[in-house]
Amino acid sequence: MSYFRAHVLVCAGTPCMLKGAGAVKDALCREIERAGLQEEVRVVETGCLGPCDDGPVIVVYPEGVMYSKLKPEEMSRIVQQHLLKGRVVEDLVYRAEKEKAKPVVSLEEQGYLDRQYRIVLRNCGRIDPDSIEEYIANGGYEALGKALTTMTPEQVVATVKDSGLRGRGGAGFPTGLKWSFTAPIAADQKYIICNADEGEPGTFKDRLILEGDPHSIIEAMAIAGYAVGADQGIVYIRGEYHLSIERLQRAAARARELGLLGKDIFGTGFNFDLQIRTGAGAYVCGEETALIESLEGKRGEPRLKPPYPGVAGLWGKPTVVNNVETLANIPPIILKGAEWFRGIGTEKTPGTKVFTMLGDITNQGLIEVPMGITLREVIYGVGGGIPNGRGFKLAQTGGTSGGCLPKEFLDLPMDYDSLAEAGSALGSGALLVIDDSHCIVDVLRSFMKFFQHESCGQCTPCREGTARLYQLFSDLAAGKAGQDAVQLIKELCQTMQLSSLCGLGQSAPNGVVTALQYFEEEIQKHVAGECPAGVCRISMGSRAV
Amino acid sequence: MKSLDELAKIRDEARKKMEIRAGESGEKTKIIVGMGTCGIAAGARETMGAVLQELEKRNLDNVLVTQTGCVGLCEQEPILEVEIPGQPRISYGKVSAEKARQIIARHVVNGNIIGEWVINR
Repeated sequence: MSYFRAHVLVCAGTPCMLKGAGAVKDALCREIERAGLQEEVRVVETGCLGPCDDGPVIVVYPEGVMYSKLKPEEMSRIVQQHLLKGRVVEDLVYRAEKEKAKPVVSLEEQGYLDRQYRIVLRNCGRIDPDSIEEYIANGGYEALGKALTTMTPEQVVATVKDSGLRGRGGAGFPTGLKWSFTAPIAADQKYIICNADEGEPGTFKDRLILEGDPHSIIEAMAIAGYAVGADQGIVYIRGEYHLSIERLQRAAARARELGLLGKDIFGTGFNFDLQIRTGAGAYVCGEETALIESLEGKRGEPRLKPPYPGVAGLWGKPTVVNNVETLANIPPIILKGAEWFRGIGTEKTPGTKVFTMLGDITNQGLIEVPMGITLREVIYGVGGGIPNGRGFKLAQTGGTSGGCLPKEFLDLPMDYDSLAEAGSALGSGALLVIDDSHCIVDVLRSFMKFFQHESCGQCTPCREGTARLYQLFSDLAAGKAGQDAVQLIKELCQTMQLSSLCGLGQSAPNGVVTALQYFEEEIQKHVAGECPAGVCRISMGSRAV
Repeated sequence: MKSLDELAKIRDEARKKMEIRAGESGEKTKIIVGMGTCGIAAGARETMGAVLQELEKRNLDNVLVTQTGCVGLCEQEPILEVEIPGQPRISYGKVSAEKARQIIARHVVNGNIIGEWVINR
């Protein structure tokens, strides 16, 4: 392999690919060959860097200059100016850099990453996800080696327990505790399942983690297998995540070639291998027991608990189900220790959280910040504020099943407990920002449409409740709701929260409940036939339409 | 994979190839080639090629190669500059591919500045 003086990292995550990163990369390679630089410059496909809204994005090293919003026809300038003559093409540089009026700054300095703290995304946008060597170069598989050769399974469980890591899929259940239920059970077979059935609207973090750093999940699953005594892993992943599936398959094949999966790993006699199973896109299959039902070939419906999967899961065997982001935290925790992890984030929720920011926010995309950062810092700091001069109306955290938080909560720390107290959830890390041009009734109506569609129909409160809520909000939006509409909605929400079988029905009303708390006046006005935001098509003052 | 040592070998090997992405740290020796139009016309592309070949041959991974534009000394092109941490930057003029190889051998590796090729400043 020759010595390359420059590396160009092309983001090949799904958001950038959808914006034409493939054509940009082709044009880049063509221009590099035309300039005769193919022996001097190496082009590497990499995972998501975060500024998805500004894609396609590339980073040129050694300078570390990030270019954004690229078109294929602009690549000749980048090759001729930057790669050949060493002059940064300033008008194409990512805008956070331009604000600093510094022509060349490294990624670390340029303001997009310096408010972030990357553990989960440590390799995303830095390495070629298809290269196990690049993963290893950044310390990959060292944690697995350390666990297998120097730690007992009990020590691994204890380390994860001490770290305070909580499940990043939404519920925030302590991961070490989950493992400690399964580890001591004597069974002929146990399973590790990676839950990559990311179904929360607006959430795409697991997808981008898997696309950008598939080996981190494979390594973590093997560590989890060692800790609880499982030799089989299954990644249950959404069928639509083509790129994640492909990269994961290639990564697993390479890990097998190097003996990092399979028999007698690190010469310790420990065996572990994994398979990838695709889901068919049902929201409820993100719930771990419904996921297991689906894996067994049955209809994806939640099971009655107990027994919990940790005791009797897949095929009745003890099964640990962990989310992608949770797993991605495991190797660094094993390598650097529980103390290190506890030093980041808050006392009750150590570590970081990956958020997908979307809606009315300037920097839409993927970020990772320490737990406990305030909503304000995320939205106005990392997120770059609200575009078009509009004001903040509400933020919905945790995806569609999260609560709607008004501006009074901007200084709320983002962690499981603070958000739960406010009636919302940290959930999967979706952060939907809505500006003051939107109407709360219209927003809630679209949320309820989603839940009505995704309810699996097994239990009555959820099946009927989601449909009735959608109907009630449609009536409100049309100005046809009865005087008792708000009261009906309140009762319905309570019934669903108390009596639904699984998390879907229990949490579906969260958005409505919080909205009734903070935006009741606006909702009540709809009963009187008025939409203050002017979104709903009600003729003013009348109950017509 | 049978041992941590085996893993460490792969890691060290792969790390060398990714060194460049660590960015510009103060630890590294920098080689800067003048790649303005004047430099390229005078043969800077060949000079650059020779630099890269030589670095690869000698397995030097602590060296960063960058380019720069015209510095106004067009008649001295191709210009090659060497900056070893803690030392002043040395500029060489009329650096052919052969001279570039020697500069790496004598200056970058052994620390001896080749006085006769240095551009006076």
